[in-house]
Amino acid sequence: MRFFPMPFHSMMLFVVWLLLNNSISAGQIVLAAFFAITIPWLVKDMRDEHPKIRRPFLAIRYVLMVMKDIVVANVEVALLIIGPIKKLQPGFVAIPINLSSDLGITILASTVSLTPGTVSAEISKDKTWLYIHSLHLDDEQALIAEIKTRYEAPIKEIFGC
Amino acid sequence: MPLYLEIIVCVLLLIGGIFLLVGSYGLARLPDIYMRLHSPTKASTLGITGVLLASMILQSYLQDFVSIKELLITLFLLITAPVAANMIAKTAIHHGIKPLEKTRGKSLIEKMRHRNNPPE
Amino acid sequence: MLIWTITIVAICICIALILNLWRLIQGPTISDRILALDTMYINTIALILLYGMYIGSGLYFEAALLIAMLGFVSTAALCKYLLRGDIIE
Repeated sequence: MRFFPMPFHSMMLFVVWLLLNNSISAGQIVLAAFFAITIPWLVKDMRDEHPKIRRPFLAIRYVLMVMKDIVVANVEVALLIIGPIKKLQPGFVAIPINLSSDLGITILASTVSLTPGTVSAEISKDKTWLYIHSLHLDDEQALIAEIKTRYEAPIKEIFGC
Repeated sequence: MPLYLEIIVCVLLLIGGIFLLVGSYGLARLPDIYMRLHSPTKASTLGITGVLLASMILQSYLQDFVSIKELLITLFLLITAPVAANMIAKTAIHHGIKPLEKTRGKSLIEKMRHRNNPPE
Repeated sequence: MLIWTITIVAICICIALILNLWRLIQGPTISDRILALDTMYINTIALILLYGMYIGSGLYFEAALLIAMLGFVSTAALCKYLLRGDIIE
């Protein structure tokens, strides 16, 4: 653990370096390993405390589910954009959230922006309410319930907070 | 180039182009800033993903080497698109731009400006 | 077939860029203009990648990556610049 203060970031640097150079020759691997070890060591004092991922398999499943939702939501939004504007009913909604970590809130807000026809707009000072704007708001309660069960609950479980 | 590969690349490119066009069409057409935010963040992200996947397959074939570095741009855009959208929405709210008349929950804007909790 | 598809998609993206330019000029608010600029960046990335595919070269990838990064940073910087003083934090 002494050589890898940030194991996840080290792995990420290694993979991204190889991807950028688009080769797996021995020299590039040595250089990637060098960066993966030295850069986290240099910056380890600069980072904030983040909660650890408790359930890695659930995290992978969550990413796949979000990928699928992005495609579905994009087609829905594209149809709404092409369709008649007069029928659209935009609206602001406040969603109560009880995630204690900033990372969890960021992931939830990003997911909400990318998926179901909504964009996250603002968060309250005490981080308990997320304000979102919906392009077509049929049923406010149903939207809140969907976001809470489909996206917030897995994040809560992954980070255990 | 084998035919099946060419068909896959063409279909991906066409999907990407159509989504990019729809995203920009929505940007030009929708009536207020909060609604306009939706079309570039969603439709354009999927459109660029389609074009990048097509580029990835084609370059892999042309260079006889599995070239997946295009995934980097996709990943980067997927991470940054919601952040950019959120910042633009914040700018609009804090500059007090009025939403469309028929928007539900208009009273929340004032709460958002001061980052307070919503009224019960 | 591939050359034709690339041409058609390039025409789509050029129309998209003209629509963005219209929104950039039209406004009406500064947020709209930032949003239009942001969308223009994304469309430009697609156009550059298409050109790379057209002449069969992988060199244009680096340019696309740079535009993606600069686009996000400039959007964030413009928003932060406009937000200063108003957010209470």
